[in-house]
Amino acid sequence: MLRAPSLRRRLVVQLLVLAAVLALVLSLAVQVGAGRASQATLDAVLGAAAQGMAEEMRAEEGGVVIDMQPATLSMLAAMGEERIFYRVDIGGLTVTGYGDLPLPGRLPTALTPVFYTVPFREAQIRVAAVARSLRVDGRAAPALVLLGQTREGQEAIAARLGLQAAALGLAVFLAAIPLALLVARSLTRPIDLLAEAVGRRGPRDLRPVRHPAPRELQPFVTALNSFIGRLRGTLSQTETFIAEAAHHIRTPLAVMRNEAELALRQSSEEDTRARLRGLIRSADDAARSAGQLLDHATVLYRADQADWAKLDLAAMTRAVAARLAPAAGMKDMDLVLTIPAVLTCEGDAVLIEAALRNILDNAIKYSPPDSVVEVSALAEGPMAVVTVADRGRGLGGTEPDRLLRRFRRGDNVGDVMGSGLGLTIVEEAAGAMGGTFRLRARQGGGACAEFCLPLA
Amino acid sequence: MRFLLVEDNADLAASVAARLGLEGHGVDHAGTLAEAEEFLLSASYDLILLDIMLPDGDGRDFLARHRRAERQTPVIVMTARSAVSDRVDALDTGADDYITKPFDFAELEARCRAVLRRKGGSVQTFRRFGDLSFDPLAATVVIAGESRDLRSREVRLLELFLNAPGRILSKEHLCDRLFSFSEPVTDNAIEVYVGRLRKKLAGSEARIETVRGLGYRLTDG
Repeated sequence: MLRAPSLRRRLVVQLLVLAAVLALVLSLAVQVGAGRASQATLDAVLGAAAQGMAEEMRAEEGGVVIDMQPATLSMLAAMGEERIFYRVDIGGLTVTGYGDLPLPGRLPTALTPVFYTVPFREAQIRVAAVARSLRVDGRAAPALVLLGQTREGQEAIAARLGLQAAALGLAVFLAAIPLALLVARSLTRPIDLLAEAVGRRGPRDLRPVRHPAPRELQPFVTALNSFIGRLRGTLSQTETFIAEAAHHIRTPLAVMRNEAELALRQSSEEDTRARLRGLIRSADDAARSAGQLLDHATVLYRADQADWAKLDLAAMTRAVAARLAPAAGMKDMDLVLTIPAVLTCEGDAVLIEAALRNILDNAIKYSPPDSVVEVSALAEGPMAVVTVADRGRGLGGTEPDRLLRRFRRGDNVGDVMGSGLGLTIVEEAAGAMGGTFRLRARQGGGACAEFCLPLA
Repeated sequence: MRFLLVEDNADLAASVAARLGLEGHGVDHAGTLAEAEEFLLSASYDLILLDIMLPDGDGRDFLARHRRAERQTPVIVMTARSAVSDRVDALDTGADDYITKPFDFAELEARCRAVLRRKGGSVQTFRRFGDLSFDPLAATVVIAGESRDLRSREVRLLELFLNAPGRILSKEHLCDRLFSFSEPVTDNAIEVYVGRLRKKLAGSEARIETVRGLGYRLTDG
């Protein structure tokens, strides 16, 4: 049977993938958000410092005074081990600071700072640029103040924040695992319960499934119940049919046989008597074949059910022997039983009865009058063994395996009636119950049949 | 012996009744379970022959009621179904034995004898002939106070002779009655059994005479 992946596993995997994606998004959002927030704070400080510097510039006689407020710079330095760079251009000329500090792509036009990040002196620096105009020597001169700052400390903080965000994501994911398992279990529980209820049923339990099922499973339960219903109907029809068929065949056969026997008693003409005997033989033959076909069908049908019980093989053997004793007595034969009080084996009563009856019937049928059939039962290793030994015509050199085949009879049956199904029935019954059936020639003439079943 | 035959098939019932009648048994025939109950209320029987499928019910239900009412009359079920489970079933329900249709009358009689012997009932089956006393149930003959056991075929053979004392019974007739039709029988087989029975009857007034070319005859002279 092709097997689809387990529902529960699929559910767990999908929930976990979802949880992983969510955790990743969460940690990224935390990381990016935290980075942005810290950059905005630092930018505000940097911008304020740059504005401060620009505002403090004054034009004086013959130049410009730039008052570098230590408070401003120390505020920047206090951010950590950062380095500070600045550049002041007036009228397009760098008047102080690093002349090679790069200018922003878009020059500021007012005191509102423009921020940008540029590589400078083997480091990434964040620069705030502000502009104002100064009146120098009576002329307006544009002044540009760039204040740069390395952000190594902030990067370290961002990295730490990133790690924490990742840890948070991982924690969310780990928390999602038991939750996913729990959810999957609670979701598949009705399915498990239903499967268990169906699985617990015995093989002969053909009652409809009454277990409560969720709405989504209702169609399956309904289909299963309708299937069970149809199976039950078919089986009971088949059984009734077999019983009826047997009844309708056997009753007229019985009438025919009785009438022939009555006629035989009243007739004195040898020709007629011979014909009547033939008629009786045919009726017996037909009845016997019908019976064995029925036995065979029953054995095949029951063999499929595989629902074995503990049975007392000793008691069953005694019962079957008692049942066949009158038939043996008619030929003045004796059944000698060597059977323990109890011998518990595992099997099906109907199959065992059919098997034992066919073995004994065979032994009686092929044995001469006044002979003895020995029936013994004993435990041998893991098996219970019933042995039936007769002094009949034996196997006549026919391979035992061949005799077990359907409709196959020995070469030495002579004019003893039979369908060739008896031993097949025995072998199939034994095989179905995990046992064996062996047939062999007996020392000193006759046959010996061994029927083995697993001990309980 | 007195039989109650419960069987709905009129043809079969008639032939079984005729056949049992030939052996000197009394047979009442009931076609339904209701009729059978009526017969049982008004008369007592040595044995009930019961069919399973009857128009007004299942013979096994009748059997269960019969057993619950603690009626002791032994019951032999005649089943046509022969499904193995039916046999197990019938015996579980309290039948004393069952026989599958169609059946050999000799086998039916053997089973009746076995059931009656087991039940140890009140049936008195002693038969006397000359100084010979014969109990077919116990399978013994008593001659001059000495009890001798008989084998099954000897019992049947002696019954045949006792049913027709003084009459000549042909070998063929005896063969038909003594052997199953499904077993091969040789001409001298019957001589073997007549010989054995003669030995068992030795010392009795009852003798089996050979009537050359015709058969055998039981005499007491």
